[in-house]
Amino acid sequence: MKRTGAQILWEALGREGVSTVFGYPGGAILPAYDALLEFPVKHVLVRHEQGATHMADGYARAGGGVGVAIATSGPGATNMVTGIATAMMDSSPIVCITGQVGSKLIGSDAFQETDITGVTLPITKHNYLITRAQDVARAVKEAFYVAKSGRPGPVLIDITKDAQQASCEVEWDDSEVKLPGYRPDLRATREVYQQAIDMINDAKRPIIFAGHGIMLSGAMDVVRAVAEHANIPVAMTLLGIGSLPAQHPLNLGMMGMHGEAWVNSAIQEADLLLGFGMRFDDRVTGNLATYAPNAKKIHIDIDPAEFNKNVKVDVALAGDLRSVLEEMLPHISKGDRSAWLGTIDEMKGNVAVRDIQNLPDNGHLYAAHVINDLWRVTEGNAIVVTDVGQHQMWEAQYYKHEHPRSLITSGGLGTMGFALPAAVGAKFACPEKEVWAVVGDGGFQMTQAELSTIAQEQLKVNIAIINNGYLGMVRQWQEFFYERRYAATPLLNPDFVKLAEAHGLSGIAVTERAGVVPGVEAAREQAGAVVLDFKVEQEDSVFPMVPAGADLDDMIRRPSPIVETAADT
Amino acid sequence: MRHTFAVYVENLPGVLNRVASLFRRRAFNIESLTVGHTETSGVSRMTIVVDTDEHGARRLEANLYKLVNVLRVDDITLRPSVERDLAMIKVSATPETRTHIMQLVDVFRARVIDVAPDSVIIETTGTEDKIDGLVEVLKQYGVIEMVRTGCVAMARGPRLGGLGDVAERVGGLGDETPTDDNNVSYSV
Repeated sequence: MKRTGAQILWEALGREGVSTVFGYPGGAILPAYDALLEFPVKHVLVRHEQGATHMADGYARAGGGVGVAIATSGPGATNMVTGIATAMMDSSPIVCITGQVGSKLIGSDAFQETDITGVTLPITKHNYLITRAQDVARAVKEAFYVAKSGRPGPVLIDITKDAQQASCEVEWDDSEVKLPGYRPDLRATREVYQQAIDMINDAKRPIIFAGHGIMLSGAMDVVRAVAEHANIPVAMTLLGIGSLPAQHPLNLGMMGMHGEAWVNSAIQEADLLLGFGMRFDDRVTGNLATYAPNAKKIHIDIDPAEFNKNVKVDVALAGDLRSVLEEMLPHISKGDRSAWLGTIDEMKGNVAVRDIQNLPDNGHLYAAHVINDLWRVTEGNAIVVTDVGQHQMWEAQYYKHEHPRSLITSGGLGTMGFALPAAVGAKFACPEKEVWAVVGDGGFQMTQAELSTIAQEQLKVNIAIINNGYLGMVRQWQEFFYERRYAATPLLNPDFVKLAEAHGLSGIAVTERAGVVPGVEAAREQAGAVVLDFKVEQEDSVFPMVPAGADLDDMIRRPSPIVETAADT
Repeated sequence: MRHTFAVYVENLPGVLNRVASLFRRRAFNIESLTVGHTETSGVSRMTIVVDTDEHGARRLEANLYKLVNVLRVDDITLRPSVERDLAMIKVSATPETRTHIMQLVDVFRARVIDVAPDSVIIETTGTEDKIDGLVEVLKQYGVIEMVRTGCVAMARGPRLGGLGDVAERVGGLGDETPTDDNNVSYSV
């Protein structure tokens, strides 16, 4: 039977197990939308195509599958660029489908024509321009395979309008995808394994660096087994949070620019770093010249292009983290590293007095309190989707994530506006889970139009706005490094409660610490989405902080014992 | 130092753009890039010359492999290999100077492939150094135009690893037995 390219598209998506897509129609994708009505796919109408890509991203990160976003040509496609770049930086498997002008018009600057495969070339793992209906099925199959295998990433399929409209016979090919130049299944040699095993067994002061790759590889249990067996403490990257339960005794917490002080100090004293599915990003290392001066480095990653990119390593093992560690585990000797763990415990010594949690209620509402209370009320079981900035770091510090895939955040690209749409995607992937978007007042306004999507879909996603009336992280840098010249960081915000109400949602404003828990509880009880406007201390800063390019243990600490923020002085 | 890569790619629209874009995006400057068919249909071969250090060369190799359409990357810099550049040089030639030019052409084992009333076109192949030398001595007569292909290179002796298996995979005939180059070791 003959099928149109548009019909083939939906059937091919169905064969990949796609049940939900996030999109926005338009001229060049209209044939696909017309055919959509014949297929059992849930289409979520977004308010901006960037939102569709973040939703697909959040869907993929929360559920572990592939997220799908769809848009028309030209502006529809270019609006996806930020979301695609976000997914690329954080290795998130999404497939973006864009309509394109008719193949005869390509290159003629036709209405709504953009060379989107050219535009997205450096920010996709791979992309396709499809001009014939008979190529649609194969492109979709390859796109899903490329997106989710190896180091995952975004793949874009640009389909011309005539390819959607044309009909052809279709034979579904169930064989494995064969891409001659694509080898996601790298394996390290035996000698390299042995070198790594010897180094681990000889190490006195090792630390495991837990990255996003642990989740992507599904290696949580084997990482935990290695850590417990050899008694090696585990430090988290931002995207690694959740790969080992926060309460696990070997979990040190987050490292890097806003990492825990003792973690960064421990890294500088370590004699072996084990990078598991992470990439030694500049936010993690600080000054490379003085980084972990006494440590040898073992790097396990599925992407060999990450080896020696930022930090020169002694042994690099290419491959799927889970299978690499499974192979190594039986050869790793049981370690007694109590001396090392004791040293790290001592480093935690002065932390308690600096911890904002231990300070008396002085009438100020601090974001850290909000996050900490949110954690307590939700018992650490929610999926929390954060935006980018101060609230993101406070969330990473004060929400204790016990489960993998429960913190979803834009790490690599640092995309403001990510949280709200990504939370929508996460909720569609995990409808049974409690989903919170934790956002700043700045980032929230970048994609707040998706509140309409939440209302239209009657989605239960709670939104906690950490509202300090500033672009907080930029303000903090201005305070620390630009002599408090607050250029273009103060925000005049709308009334977020009324904004929620305008969307048919409820809003609650919270201005004091005593209101946090009742506010969170009230939001949880309501059937619909609730916007919580937490009006927090305006000039609070995230501590500790390693200034960009400084030595990792050269941290700006929270003033102690009294919290002095700009507002107090 | 100069690194020379032989890069096998699928012969598909846009592949040159993908490869070139990678160099731009990772801030490497291409000194020369040539591309043409190989003995295997559907497979093109690029010779890419880049000025970078060893660390940069390894990064490039790893990143090239991430392109789905790239089949194989050989860094032939340190292997015994032959490199050739082809140039056509149009030089002013009056009846008085033409003989001198022809003599120089002979010395360099180049050829005159076109003669016009007041100019000649010289064709030469050789290493880039040799061509640079010829251009240098021709300058006094007036070089009107020059075109060069850029470097093409090939390792001497037997093939490095198998493009045989690449060819099979392009044809969809290859089995999945890991070959030596599948068994990549990234030890440093």
